[in-house]
Amino acid sequence: MSTTTAMETHTGTAEHHELSFIRKYIFSTDHKMIAKQFLFGGLMFLALGGALAVMIRWQLGFPGRPLPMPLRILFPDTMAPGGIILPEFYNSLVTMHATFMVFFALMPLMAGVFGNLLIPLQIGAEDMAFPRINMASFWIMPVAGFIMLASFFVEGGAAGAGWTSYAPLSTSGEWTGVYMGQILWLVSLIVLGFSSILGALNYVTTVINMRAPGMTWFRIPLATWSIFITAWLLLLAIPILTGGLLLLLFDQTIGTAFFRPEGSGEPLLWQHIFWFFGHPEVYILILPAMGFVSEVIACRSRKPIFGYHSMVVAMVSIGFLGWVVWGHHMFQSGMNPLLGMTFVVTTVVIAVPSAIKTFNWMGTLWRGNIHFDTPLLHAVAFVALFIIGGLSGIFMASAPVDIYIHDTYFIVAHLHYVLVGGSLFGIFAGITFWYPKMFGRMMNEGLGKVHFALSFLFYNMAFFPMHNLGVQGMMRRIYDPNQYEFLQGLQPLNTFISISIFLFVSTQMIFAFNFLWSLREGKVAGNNPWKSNTLLWTTPSPPPHGNFPEMPTVYRGPYEYSHPDREEDYWPQDEPPATTGSGGETVTTPTPELVPGG
Amino acid sequence: MNFFWRMGLLLAGMLAVVIGLSVITGISWLDLSWVMPDNVVSTFGPTLDNLWLVILWITGIIFVVTEITLLVFMVKYRHKEDRKADYIHGSNKAEVVWTSITFVIVMALAFYTKGIWDEIRDPNLIPADAYPIHMMAKQFEWNATYAGADGQFGTADDFLSLNVLHIPVDRPVVVQLEAEDVIHSFFLPEFRVKQDAVPGMSTLVWFEATRTGEFTLACAELCGLGHYTMGGTVIVHSQADFQDWLAQQQAAAEDD
Repeated sequence: MSTTTAMETHTGTAEHHELSFIRKYIFSTDHKMIAKQFLFGGLMFLALGGALAVMIRWQLGFPGRPLPMPLRILFPDTMAPGGIILPEFYNSLVTMHATFMVFFALMPLMAGVFGNLLIPLQIGAEDMAFPRINMASFWIMPVAGFIMLASFFVEGGAAGAGWTSYAPLSTSGEWTGVYMGQILWLVSLIVLGFSSILGALNYVTTVINMRAPGMTWFRIPLATWSIFITAWLLLLAIPILTGGLLLLLFDQTIGTAFFRPEGSGEPLLWQHIFWFFGHPEVYILILPAMGFVSEVIACRSRKPIFGYHSMVVAMVSIGFLGWVVWGHHMFQSGMNPLLGMTFVVTTVVIAVPSAIKTFNWMGTLWRGNIHFDTPLLHAVAFVALFIIGGLSGIFMASAPVDIYIHDTYFIVAHLHYVLVGGSLFGIFAGITFWYPKMFGRMMNEGLGKVHFALSFLFYNMAFFPMHNLGVQGMMRRIYDPNQYEFLQGLQPLNTFISISIFLFVSTQMIFAFNFLWSLREGKVAGNNPWKSNTLLWTTPSPPPHGNFPEMPTVYRGPYEYSHPDREEDYWPQDEPPATTGSGGETVTTPTPELVPGG
Repeated sequence: MNFFWRMGLLLAGMLAVVIGLSVITGISWLDLSWVMPDNVVSTFGPTLDNLWLVILWITGIIFVVTEITLLVFMVKYRHKEDRKADYIHGSNKAEVVWTSITFVIVMALAFYTKGIWDEIRDPNLIPADAYPIHMMAKQFEWNATYAGADGQFGTADDFLSLNVLHIPVDRPVVVQLEAEDVIHSFFLPEFRVKQDAVPGMSTLVWFEATRTGEFTLACAELCGLGHYTMGGTVIVHSQADFQDWLAQQQAAAEDD
């Protein structure tokens, strides 16, 4: 089935041909190499986004104080004369921190890395459906990243209208002092959109067409399910953003008035377009993490995932509901208040699939045999922090309460609980869990645990008190809260939060060191260090070009852990039923379901 | 006991870090409020604060129960060599129970919310006797326009108050929000009022002060490089003082 798909790079799966350095490491069409490229690229942008966060928190923690020494001389007078951050540079920092984190760190780290790594290996395919489109999908990202980075160095500096880029602030440099920077921001995101669309096209096609014999829909591991649903969201949401960005670019460059009130423009139209993309985007940023966490929790508590079908149905419903809730970002925007209740109801309904997922993860841990490895710790932290992020969402979903906390630090706390506590801890779970497959070596467990414990502590110290700031009414995106008398008493708390963030960011050095050190010095992993069931772990670590020496056949679901009839506490998906031992030579093959799609 | 000792030491260490940094930065956690600050001065403010409290209780209970359960599972079902996990694939009964309970709670909350939202925001429920003020927001100032003696806007006797919103106590006020350049957000924290001012649109927002004094007016939507300076004051006068102030301003406007 899968061999009939166009795949000129390798006709026989076990066949190896020497590739030149450039074809192997740079312009590679191998999904595993592309995953690694996305990983290194994504981590670099994550570090950049973190550095911008440090700058933001320096200003809020120590307003008007010059930056500490090594940083002080880095910035020209247009950004931070004498080390003191200017208000216009602060607006750029806030905008670019979010832009890099959302579009250049989290999206590539989730869909880019794990979509590429996991889909072919978990469904038993030799590569993605369109390897060269896949290569293009990666190489678009550095181009877009370069454009985005360049915007720091043009006159007027980088975009400063917020990552939401509300019109008309974003439509003209007249309002922000940023001309070229805003244009580059738009162009970069338009370019980057193609990366997501091409990637998503590949993920969807591969999952639908290239599953190994016996890999029915409900035998697909949840990580692949989550990326499959995410890919649909990407395919449908990114073109909406791109369309909006193009119109905004026209407003800015050729004098149209789609979003400017002069003529017949509608500033609110931009918000509708942006959030119609933006809310599915939120789920694009969290669904893959849910998939990784399901995988890790089931495997490391040695127990079948609780309610596999509910998990899939919950993710599909989140995918659908994500399209009808965008208005909850706009309760105070001037949108007709009579629409408010519609969005309150659709929004609170999302609590239902979210609760289903949370309870099912807890159900999986219940009566398990939980191994406290680094991936499991990150996965359970995801669940613990996702609970907080989900519950704080209910405050905002209630439109009257949102009147007060909208655009305050309460929302900043909420979104960081979902996107750092949720997505980032999910990514850490994913990286630490699949690192051995990617690089053939284990990450250091001791360093991993230290990194986890410190991250968890400093993370909560940094973001939990932000709820308090919001309750006290502190607005987001303000350069100096001390301008307002009612916020002056919050300075000690702001300093506490800033120091906690510096500690959180510094802790990531441990991760970076562990990641790089283990590439050479880590313990050799072997095929299946976690004793997991999915097809991915039947391949050598790292898997060769073409992945599987021979086409695997799938006999069961991915979470058959601790089966009472078996001595081993796991049961690989491709192990024929007759061989109940360790999967020896005597293979009696009953006819598996040859046509997937059941 | 080994496991518990290690976990205990870890928690103690974490607590020490939190306390240490709190001492250095001078925070008293006891002073940090988890409920809305006790400074509300509008008629619907207490209703809104009460809704906050209801949600805080509901989410607080769910938070405590789920996190403790998670912790108990982690400790109780931690890896032991001689034990195998139970081979359980799920329970339809459990799925139905937690799905329907969650659904009922959130829907109840949504309907409870509806009444309050309508009371505050339904355009048909704006009090008819509300005192009208026009507010034009622009980078980075608030221009409040009052209809002069004739009670009509757009006439010669209109007068302007820059960055200070004067209103009477115990009488509804309806502010017609507009913006000249970009989107601003009219935020009165003590009144629990927030409404964006959008260029090209005219939005009505009403509220009623319950006591006199000086309060905060802030901009809550990023509006450019001076956004953080776009603050102002709300002065709530007694009704008599407000009439005096109006008369005084009208006289000054006529002199010009």
